[in-house]
Amino acid sequence: MTEYLQHGRVRLALHCLQPARDSGSHALLLLHGLGESARAHPPNLYAEWPGAVHALDFTGHGASSIPAGGGYSCEVLMGDVDIALARLGAATVCGRGLGAYVALLIAGARPKKVRGAVLLDGPGLAGTCATSSPYIPQVQAGAAATPDPFALAELATDARPPEYAAHYATLSREFSALANPLAICTREQPPWLQAVRLLLACDAANPVKACMSYAVMPSAAALP
Amino acid sequence: MSGIQETYLRDEAQAPALPDDKAFDFFPGARAPDRQSMVDVFGVRIATYEWGAADAPPVLLVHGALDFARTFDVFAPLIADAGYRVVSYDHRGHGDSSPAALYGWVADERDLLCVADAVSRQPMPVIGHSKGGSLLIHAIEALPHRFTRFACIDGMPFRSPHPDTAMHERRYMTPEVISKWLDNRHLSAEAERKPGSLQALAARRARLNPRQSHEWLCYLVSKGAYQQGDGWRWKLDPAIRPGGFGVMRSRWMTDRLPGFPVPLLALFSTIDEPMGWDCKLADLIDYLPASAQAVAMADTGHFIHIERPRQTADLIIDFLRS
Repeated sequence: MTEYLQHGRVRLALHCLQPARDSGSHALLLLHGLGESARAHPPNLYAEWPGAVHALDFTGHGASSIPAGGGYSCEVLMGDVDIALARLGAATVCGRGLGAYVALLIAGARPKKVRGAVLLDGPGLAGTCATSSPYIPQVQAGAAATPDPFALAELATDARPPEYAAHYATLSREFSALANPLAICTREQPPWLQAVRLLLACDAANPVKACMSYAVMPSAAALP
Repeated sequence: MSGIQETYLRDEAQAPALPDDKAFDFFPGARAPDRQSMVDVFGVRIATYEWGAADAPPVLLVHGALDFARTFDVFAPLIADAGYRVVSYDHRGHGDSSPAALYGWVADERDLLCVADAVSRQPMPVIGHSKGGSLLIHAIEALPHRFTRFACIDGMPFRSPHPDTAMHERRYMTPEVISKWLDNRHLSAEAERKPGSLQALAARRARLNPRQSHEWLCYLVSKGAYQQGDGWRWKLDPAIRPGGFGVMRSRWMTDRLPGFPVPLLALFSTIDEPMGWDCKLADLIDYLPASAQAVAMADTGHFIHIERPRQTADLIIDFLRS
């Protein structure tokens, strides 16, 4: 089942991949990589999740609408996720590639709503950093179908300074109810992710186990 | 936005009452553009304005954040009268350009380049004010072959006083700032600009432009706002929020300034004001290329070309001809 949510002038597609088996459990929200869609997530990743499993198509991807003239940033995609969280309530987020970086941002921005963020390998994980040469992405024409070429061009070159990523990781650590709000399961280690790893001991070997570690929230007494 | 709403009634009460909005259609020295057009930038319609002969050498003029091209109605004709075709445009979501679903630095730069391409495929001189100046700094660094000279009016990238960017993130990207930005995105689809009388809009803007006369600001309202039954509204997409959000780019640009690839004239304000750019000549002097000309304009606020149009135009005309 797919429902559509309005984010400004963009219509976002939020897909329900699996209904909740335990009505008391919170949702798992899956975030795809650059150029992908909700179909990118392997079922074995979320099959054991007790709550509902949803997957969001970012702006310009999958069944979400394509804005005219580009203007993409990872902050806008963080806004996409925030719109989805307003619909779902508190959730664990699990992102691939570009979606992993967005998962970090929303974990820092909404630490009370994000019940753990799992960061996985996938397309568009790296972005660029401050020392990259100035570049203005151009495409030949607007798109009739997703993924929007502007999204591919702009989000592949979106700046992700390590200190900026570390700031969001710090916010997540300081304000989350969880002792370990981030779980990193990536082979690729771009500079922004290295900065997060240096800051937090958050490596996890297995994506399924990393997700499931957030399936049950600790009791209030156990929270830091 | 809440601040604007809270002080709205007071501003309106303070505004001097003049009987007829049409009295503000004209301002001494202001001249409407000789030509207006639209450039389609991948579905976003960008409004362009030209002063001067159509076959004169072109100069591109780029406005700053929350502004619009008609704010150059006094300054642009002075450049045009020196023998140039001055082309300016409204940024996406500003003035008569169409609103967009997304706004961002790179999109603004691409709009700028598409307008430049529509004017001429030949390299051209450019003038930028405030954010328009910093957009051009980055665009020229990325595509030096498209530009010949750059005159920057209080728009050089500022140098954060903090020694490291992480400090900037802690100070400016606080949880409250991020939450507020996200909260606003939930409301942006239905947001509307607050209406008011022409003079009330001018009075509101005076809080951001305190050094500009009420008559000039009323003139700006007559060009940069539209009138409906319940009053005037600025032609500015309510989805656009003042101030930056996200990654801080300014310091990266200053680090590249010593190798800036085209001749540069940089004009700096010396009086702080609310919409100011927080960039002083003394902060940047060590980063400017040896060939750059830099002028700190005495007793002048951020809108140098509005406060001192003749002096600013003369400096820039000399620079363009040199």
